[in-house]
Amino acid sequence: MHNKTIAELSAGLSDKQFSSEELARSFLDRIRRLSDQLNSFITITENEAIEAARAADVRIANKELDKAAGMLGIPITHKDIFCTKGVKTSCGSKMLDNFISPYDATVVTKMKSAGAVMLGKTNMDEFAMGSSNETSYYGPVRNPWHLESVPGGSSGGSAATIAARLTAGATGTDTGGSIRQPAALCGTTGMKPTYGRVSRYGMIAFASSLDQAGPMTRTAEDAAIMLNSMAGFDERDSTSADKPVPDYCASLNKSIKGLKIGLPKEYFDEGLDKEVGGCVSAAINEYEKLGATVKEISLPNSHLSVPAYYVVAPAECSSNLSRFDGVRYGYRCDDPKDLEDLYRRSRGEGFGAEVKRRIMIGTYALSAGYYDAYYLKAQQVRRLISNDFKQAFEQVDVIMGPTAPTTAFRIGEKTDDPVTMYLSDIYTIAVNLAGLPGMSVPAGFVNDLPVGLQVIGNYFDESRLLNVTHQYQQVTDWHTRMPAGFE
Amino acid sequence: MSLTRSDIDKIAHLARLAICENDIPEYTRNLSNIIHLVEQMNAVDTTGVEPLAHPLDVSQRLREDVITESDQHELFQSNAPLVKDDLYLVPKVIE
Repeated sequence: MHNKTIAELSAGLSDKQFSSEELARSFLDRIRRLSDQLNSFITITENEAIEAARAADVRIANKELDKAAGMLGIPITHKDIFCTKGVKTSCGSKMLDNFISPYDATVVTKMKSAGAVMLGKTNMDEFAMGSSNETSYYGPVRNPWHLESVPGGSSGGSAATIAARLTAGATGTDTGGSIRQPAALCGTTGMKPTYGRVSRYGMIAFASSLDQAGPMTRTAEDAAIMLNSMAGFDERDSTSADKPVPDYCASLNKSIKGLKIGLPKEYFDEGLDKEVGGCVSAAINEYEKLGATVKEISLPNSHLSVPAYYVVAPAECSSNLSRFDGVRYGYRCDDPKDLEDLYRRSRGEGFGAEVKRRIMIGTYALSAGYYDAYYLKAQQVRRLISNDFKQAFEQVDVIMGPTAPTTAFRIGEKTDDPVTMYLSDIYTIAVNLAGLPGMSVPAGFVNDLPVGLQVIGNYFDESRLLNVTHQYQQVTDWHTRMPAGFE
Repeated sequence: MSLTRSDIDKIAHLARLAICENDIPEYTRNLSNIIHLVEQMNAVDTTGVEPLAHPLDVSQRLREDVITESDQHELFQSNAPLVKDDLYLVPKVIE
């Protein structure tokens, strides 16, 4: 059962091949046997899962399956950034190691009402700040394709869990590449929707003008099924997009003949590993065989996306994380001598090194005398980056390139040098700054490690991205490959 | 520009972060490297470019000023480190 897609599992539930409870038990059994070597879970919610699966079985018996749009009875995991009522929600941090959320995130509520069965909460970089899942308070996650390598981050636990077939679907969040880069490094499919498409309510905030939740799955079709249940307007998120949600499955099978693909020359320069580039070029060739046309384009300010991001994201993070004060929830230091000491030590002891670095960069960029030179400048550069994409989408339907410059790197390889780590997201960050939707799909292997193809779309053009990637997955089988030891 | 030890002290104070004495050289080095990365932005002239604060040019949505949440303070305070008589406790502020 574990090797079936969400679409296949939903059909199996409908045909009574197995029950949702059997499905949940089968995945929980795999999690018990296989997840320790990956360290991909922070919390396993076995009792809640069985209860939810039984409730799903009742709904299936009542013939609700057709109405429930495909997630009814399907096992999923949530990244531990999503608040789950009555269940620990740590965000990968010592700061929230003791936090039991008093409410559900909107994404969690929506998945529950669709009938999805939560198996547990997955490991992640602390407060989603990282590209390797090594900043987690709970230790690094390992890549199922090579246990000495990172799974990417920050949704590394979600990606590793999907790749190892320990769940059928997973939620992730993407502030600078945190869905797409781990999807690429673990050989899975991941989508960051348009900013505002999925509610941020109850998703612990990192950088509010960049954060966006999305589905992480084995296939594009599964991502469409999950997004159908995740997306939509939410009055509790002040930047939620008040737009109708199309049926993302409706256009999956459309022909892509005549599709205009733009290849940004900046995404294929010397920073890209040659063999990774080879896999991406081979994927583009497949698209040409499917009738797409290819055109070189330019995104001239691409090289400024990492610098601008490392002002905007830390600035927003320093503001968002000021709520952790040792008073209302979260970690509190022992024996504070006064209020100042309570704040300083609770935060100093509760946050890890990377989070503290980003809070400090953000604090510096926003401090008196530096605001114009850093924060304002970064917002102006952000406008230039956004305009580059606007011009590109006047000429092409989608933009394609690599998701990450290399395959998965070794655990520990980049931890001493934050700047080198930041460059892991060189092809993904601009998409967040512009607020566009982007996907990563498996597109080959280099030395037995997966490579991701990134597909970027225009605002709210998720249907097209899913159609374009689904068509690719009809003629390739990279997304069906399984890591050895997890068959 | 490179940051100095006193910059780090000042930033840590503004952010209310206690930094271990032993870690200060590492913070100074790493944060300086990040600032160098960020300063690559200076290579482009942005005179007259309108800053982009938010990816979708939307205005803040307003709602009626009515109560929409119920009182759940006991549930919320169950996560608090120190509570007495429904109040969050902090070290004495006024002598």
